[in-house]
Amino acid sequence: MNTAKDLLIALLVLPGVAAAAAADKSRLDDQTQLPSSPARPTGTHYFQAPAASELPNNAFGELVRRGEAYFVNTKALAPQYVGNDMNCINCHIDRGRKANSAPLWAAYPMYPAYRKKNNKVNTYAERMQGCFQFSMNGTPPAADSDIITALTAYSYWISTGAPTGKALPGRGFDEPKPPRGGYDIARGKVVYQQQCAICHGENGEGQKVGATSVFPPLWGKNSYNWGAGMHRINTAAGFIQHNMPLGRGETLSDQEAWDVAAFINSHERPQDPRLINGDIEATRKRFHADDGINLYGVKVDGVLLGQGVKTDGVLLSKEVK
Amino acid sequence: MGDITWRRRIAAGLVASAVMPLAALAADGASIVQQGGSNPSALPCITCHGADGKGMAAGGFPRLAGLPAEYIAKQLRDFKAGRRVNPIMQPIASALTDDEVQAVAKTYSERPKVNVVATAPEQPVPGSGAWIALRGAWDRNIPECTLCHGPSGVGVGSSFPPLAGQSAAYIETQLHAWRGQKQASAKRPAKGAAQAAAPTRHNDPNGLMQHIAADLTEAEIKAVAEYFGGLGDSSEPFDESQHRLR
Repeated sequence: MNTAKDLLIALLVLPGVAAAAAADKSRLDDQTQLPSSPARPTGTHYFQAPAASELPNNAFGELVRRGEAYFVNTKALAPQYVGNDMNCINCHIDRGRKANSAPLWAAYPMYPAYRKKNNKVNTYAERMQGCFQFSMNGTPPAADSDIITALTAYSYWISTGAPTGKALPGRGFDEPKPPRGGYDIARGKVVYQQQCAICHGENGEGQKVGATSVFPPLWGKNSYNWGAGMHRINTAAGFIQHNMPLGRGETLSDQEAWDVAAFINSHERPQDPRLINGDIEATRKRFHADDGINLYGVKVDGVLLGQGVKTDGVLLSKEVK
Repeated sequence: MGDITWRRRIAAGLVASAVMPLAALAADGASIVQQGGSNPSALPCITCHGADGKGMAAGGFPRLAGLPAEYIAKQLRDFKAGRRVNPIMQPIASALTDDEVQAVAKTYSERPKVNVVATAPEQPVPGSGAWIALRGAWDRNIPECTLCHGPSGVGVGSSFPPLAGQSAAYIETQLHAWRGQKQASAKRPAKGAAQAAAPTRHNDPNGLMQHIAADLTEAEIKAVAEYFGGLGDSSEPFDESQHRLR
């Protein structure tokens, strides 16, 4: 297997990466116990979530619909938990149904599971709380809150008929292997300007209609924070390769996906809420050194990344136990 | 009629003829809309796009009122360059100077934007036009239209124009312009009447629309065009402060 070697090569091109730990496949994984998706099958039929018309018109159906509404309009319906302009559907395309866009049908049946991220067995509710804390740079709702209950019901229904505890093809983002020659931020910038800026803006700021975010911000104060899984270049590369540009997924090469993911994730964004005593290097060592390929605490073009940006309102980064 | 009156008229005419070209040079958007451009081939926009700029559904002429200036200007440049093929608009766009293109685009962009009253999100029926508009057909990698064109299809930024406010006829024609007639002719090769026609629109940024139009069925094109054509235009002004639920 060339994986470790490829990864090492990729790490070598990282400007100023200290302690390029000998990486193994597990470091690319989102969650240690949780396997990544099985090898990309060609012509495979992915798991099919139930059709919307199959949802019963009863109390259960109503709860599922409420969960779907939260999933799609997260910021509008639950502003107290969302600190940026992201909504669940930004990473989970087709309302959590699309393969290789972290579909709910491949996530829900995998919990409870141990996660290295917080070094404990996580329930599905805890996993979703992580989305609020990191991807939405907000405040996690209580596990027994209406929103977590509704989102759980929605995930459960989307997973109808999916096997429990079995990693299904299409789960996560099916990350492409690190390119042999590593990635290149400058090349990624060109890809960004040609393919991404039209929707996400020249400065990654995203676009809105009224108060509603249509194209999510990719960096800056309204984007995911330094603790979100998407801040890893490998994770973003997987999402991008399979899903971007919208409707034209799998047209970028793995190399282009890695390059543009690196460009996007070489920009400042809200601080990792796990920041240890204001110490970026300590935070890097504890939470980022062993978390895939990322640029937190790394100097790029002479500038230290991971300093965070001020966000609106009360959601400034704070230490979280 | 005395000499003096005539002299006045001639003087007025001289002043007018001196002023008119100046006005044309300054490229007055409102005047182009009403009276046409400096080149007589640039017909007045209102002839087809309506006095209010909201288009004429019966003829399939699109709404221009409230569209982003950058978008309108790009379309005019694309007509000129042949990236958007249209026998009516190409000669008109070609007769407009660059300044006139900018001016007319600005004038229309300053008219009221289309608005669709925000209501509770609808639960579309699978297979309907609303389904394509609000859910897409991801098994064919077709995003819901509103994902890029915004909630209710009100348009996003300067590259994703409003679909709301346009007629079903116009939207259907545009989807066909991106798609070409390949499939239709392939189904009836014997008749020979329906020749394979190449797409006539090549001006979608990053080719985002081409595969979508090509991979929708004829029935879906019709249905989704009717969906947006039926959204109408609310008389309430566009409220930028509110969320729009999807």
